[in-house]
Amino acid sequence: MTTDTKTAPSIEVRRPLEFTDARLDARIPGGPVERKWEQRQFDVRLVNPTNKRRYTVIVVGSGLAGASASATLAELGYQVQTFCYQDSPRRAHSIAAQGGINAAKNYRNDGDSVFRLFYDTIKGGDFRAREANVYRLAQVSTQIIDQCVAQGVPFAREYGGLLDNRSFGGAQVSRTFYARGQTGQQLLLGAYQALSRQIELGKVQMFPRSEMLDLVLVDGRARGIVVRDMVTGTVRSYLADAVVLATGGYSNVFYLSTNAKGCNTSAIWRAHRRGAFFANPCYTQIHPTCIPVSGDYQSKLTLMSESLRNDGRVWVPLQAGDRRAPQAIPEHERDYFLERKYPSFGNLAPRDISSRAAKEACDAGRGVGPGGLGVYLDFADAIKRLSVPVIRERYGNLFDMYERITGEDPYSQPMRIYPAVHYTMGGLWVDYNLMSTIPGLFVVGEANFSDHGANRLGASALMQGLADGYFILPYTIGDYLVSNPLARITTDHAAFREAEAGVNQQVARLLAVGGDRTVDSFHRELGKIVWDDCGMARNDAGLRRALQRIPALRDEFWHRVRVPGSGASLNQELEKAGRVADFLELAELMCIDALHRTESCGGHFREESQTDDGEAKRDDANFSYVAAWEYSGDLDAPNLHREPLHFDSVKLQQRSYK
Amino acid sequence: MNLTLQVWRQPASAANGRFVTYQVRDVSPDMSFLEMLDVLNQQLILAGDEPIAFDHDCREGICGSCGMVIDGIAHGGQRATTACQLHMRHFKDGDQLTLEPWRASAFPIVKDLVVDRGAFDRIIQAGGYVSVSTGGVPDANAIPVPKESADRAMDAAACIGCGACVAACPNASAMLFTGAKVAHLGVLPQGQVERSRRVLAMVAQMDEEGFGGCTNIGECAAVCPKEIKLDVIAQLNRDLLRASLR
Amino acid sequence: MAAAAIALYRSSIGKKAVMAITGIIGYGFVIMHMVGNLKMFEGRDGFNHYAEFLRTVGEPAVPERTLLWIIRIVLLVAVTAHVTAAIQLTRQGVAGRPTGYRVKRRVQANFASLTLRWGGLALVLFLIYHLAHFTFGVAHHDFVRADPYHNVVSAFSNPAIVGVYLIAVAALAMHLFHGVWSMFQTLGLNRPSTDRLWRGLAVISALGLFAGFATVPLSVLGGLIR
Repeated sequence: MTTDTKTAPSIEVRRPLEFTDARLDARIPGGPVERKWEQRQFDVRLVNPTNKRRYTVIVVGSGLAGASASATLAELGYQVQTFCYQDSPRRAHSIAAQGGINAAKNYRNDGDSVFRLFYDTIKGGDFRAREANVYRLAQVSTQIIDQCVAQGVPFAREYGGLLDNRSFGGAQVSRTFYARGQTGQQLLLGAYQALSRQIELGKVQMFPRSEMLDLVLVDGRARGIVVRDMVTGTVRSYLADAVVLATGGYSNVFYLSTNAKGCNTSAIWRAHRRGAFFANPCYTQIHPTCIPVSGDYQSKLTLMSESLRNDGRVWVPLQAGDRRAPQAIPEHERDYFLERKYPSFGNLAPRDISSRAAKEACDAGRGVGPGGLGVYLDFADAIKRLSVPVIRERYGNLFDMYERITGEDPYSQPMRIYPAVHYTMGGLWVDYNLMSTIPGLFVVGEANFSDHGANRLGASALMQGLADGYFILPYTIGDYLVSNPLARITTDHAAFREAEAGVNQQVARLLAVGGDRTVDSFHRELGKIVWDDCGMARNDAGLRRALQRIPALRDEFWHRVRVPGSGASLNQELEKAGRVADFLELAELMCIDALHRTESCGGHFREESQTDDGEAKRDDANFSYVAAWEYSGDLDAPNLHREPLHFDSVKLQQRSYK
Repeated sequence: MNLTLQVWRQPASAANGRFVTYQVRDVSPDMSFLEMLDVLNQQLILAGDEPIAFDHDCREGICGSCGMVIDGIAHGGQRATTACQLHMRHFKDGDQLTLEPWRASAFPIVKDLVVDRGAFDRIIQAGGYVSVSTGGVPDANAIPVPKESADRAMDAAACIGCGACVAACPNASAMLFTGAKVAHLGVLPQGQVERSRRVLAMVAQMDEEGFGGCTNIGECAAVCPKEIKLDVIAQLNRDLLRASLR
Repeated sequence: MAAAAIALYRSSIGKKAVMAITGIIGYGFVIMHMVGNLKMFEGRDGFNHYAEFLRTVGEPAVPERTLLWIIRIVLLVAVTAHVTAAIQLTRQGVAGRPTGYRVKRRVQANFASLTLRWGGLALVLFLIYHLAHFTFGVAHHDFVRADPYHNVVSAFSNPAIVGVYLIAVAALAMHLFHGVWSMFQTLGLNRPSTDRLWRGLAVISALGLFAGFATVPLSVLGGLIR
């Protein structure tokens, strides 16, 4: 079925694949792609301003998507209840995004446009994202920058006082806005401040140190959540007219990732178990520029911004096993493999491609540093060209961070970097209105699957989180609320009682095992399985092996885990145990998805499906769809539903960055 | 290397706390400080004890969750470094370290080394923002901002709200934290409209939370992992005096 | 305006501003005081004449001692306000941290800044002694109201009294070493560009005043002034 890409770069798609389930109607507006969002904004039913205060919306998560959605919904007049597991909404992991945020402003006059950003994102996602969503993302990208500047986000400026831009992987225009190496922090603080304003005004009720442990459905609609107060251990229900999950991605299934330690899948996994379809769980992004692992005790991996690749050159020794110091290796014995393999994008090749190239070099024994799991990112040329002060101005904080962690000075010797899990493109399936297959359950930001296809471009996560939260969800949720009159109930409803009992039972069960292994030991073991067999490269045998081992590990977990302390107070081990229990279930679904998708696309590289020169080879005829998995009650046998992907505005091509 | 830790253990807010001594063996110099505590906690769990509770999340020095006083210095005394980014190569075999939570009446202890920093959120809620709602804002390039102003705003905005400034201050003052937000928004054109209102409200909240006053000693800036400078406090003073007396 | 001032004083920053402004008054006073002290080198007549001038300045526009009393009242109010605000702020600071650290190390703080309050307390005690000693004469073993020069010389011939004064002057220098810079910081007059200037002024003030104040007692003790 596959096509030889060398002779036929453009692939005809057999279409359309049929819907297998009416629940997967994405409800994309008609008309040309550039008019769809405007059309939807016109079509949605509006809520009378005085009626908005009668609606309560629950938002779980306070990152870019959650905080921006909470603030904007409250500004519109809704009653909002926002929950986060951190001690303050300001600490959500969006804060760690370093590099920047894309927007099709074309301030550089270098040929950027909404269409180009849309095209780059669709192509970067290896044609596995929904066209209409991505186009809308590119459209609202410009509003985001305006909004953030008005909030006082201190973006980098030029001497003339206008906004500065930098370029990022996968793009040939400079469209990335940034605030030093702390763009995510500044955007999050902007959203946090907008949220704080609404808290002060009494429009948002904020619940920090509160973890959502179940979703409550009444009459098939999302009506609330069950939350554990992490300080007192109290389990309580909260009722609303709609629930928004903004709980981020599930990279921590790998144990070692660039995510914060607390990032987890529990909210979306519980929603999945309640009926929300989980889309493309196998699409995970491995970021090429992270600081390599230094030992067994390693608790997380630290990302070095992709922006470093603007000036750093990636290389390994030409000879396998070359153990000389980097400075001692002469120029002609170095392999600048990204520049060699991808001359037109060079060191700015997209993340999936750069990561895989690094893995290839290390697999060939040419890796550097402890265990040979690393490649050099060398700034010697840039320093020669631009001087140390210029490099310090651009990347000073990143260089300092590298030195703090490794004890090596990147001004005088090349950095060592290695790929690490960074982002999950998969997530709960949502329609064009960002609603999941459960009516009234909306999913925004990284927690949904919608915009990045099989690979996300740098500086697009911040864009998507804020697009969803500031500009998309606040419109679409109103349409749901006004169109669906809900039964008047309280949290005394049987559905809430049942969900609370389930949560209490799970807590009691975890505490009761009293085994001989720590939660972390299970998490590490799970992470190793998923990294080895469902990581940067996947194959049939490995995935089948993982599918044997994960259920066995899950079983062992429930017999041997040791969770000390009680459920009636702050108990960090108990929190971790609940999250790991959910990761142990999700991991299986990831592998099932990866096994079923026998093509390679974006971050999902199936060794069986590659071109002659080792690049990912898609199979558009058979896999041009979103795989949406339904929980069947049996973790080993989820039901697959397919949402076909149609491309009317772009031509499918074998992605090439050569 | 082997270390002796004396750690503040307090089961709950209302309970009494005490120091407990632990031995940690075979610490690698490449570990972070929190990874060293992870190792200790794993041993405690298997030995049937409760692990030491401490706040942490991103472990890359930006979320501001972690923080403890390590041998008398907030975040452990490496310049511009949070506890999560502090590495064990800065310690030596046989070191005895005392670990204490941030101590301030505005930061009540939740458990062990975990404190409640909600006071910081309430200071921001009092006015630490520009009151613009989503939509209806001018084009991002409509108001030029001098690069120097943007850079100064960024210097102040880098605050991660960890609370080390309060922990290190002999008066448990929150002036550096409050000043950082006042300075960030105060130097940008977007922040001018509410400049007076903001500083009055934030300082009133800061005092209400029970933080001490500033005696310009400077320990806050010295331990700040983001190197927020004392001049944000001068700006806070300037803005407050101006706002009060006009 | 009055309401605004009261509201301002309620805030910790307002109290600090009061300390800074009263500190400036005190700072000006000690500089004048030191300059006046140096008139000891002009001999008995010069110094006593200066003392007489202080009593009679403003005559005949106003009666004798009017200006002196105005200055004294201003100083008394300033010192009272300075001390009151200091006590209130200290209490706030102590309440800010009811439980202290078992181990606390300083990172950059200098001795002067950490001991500002103790130094201040020492200065208040000294001030009482000093007034009783040279102004009211009740703590002086050989006080002659009309001859301040004599009072100074007879007092500083005693090494123990010189020791007390040197300690007090050292405390004053320490207080100003931190306090002078702190005034500018508290009043918001400090900027990155002026920081070194105000720090420098504080150091020079501290050293200059110490030298100026220490000279007279040491000179008396060493026999230069007799």
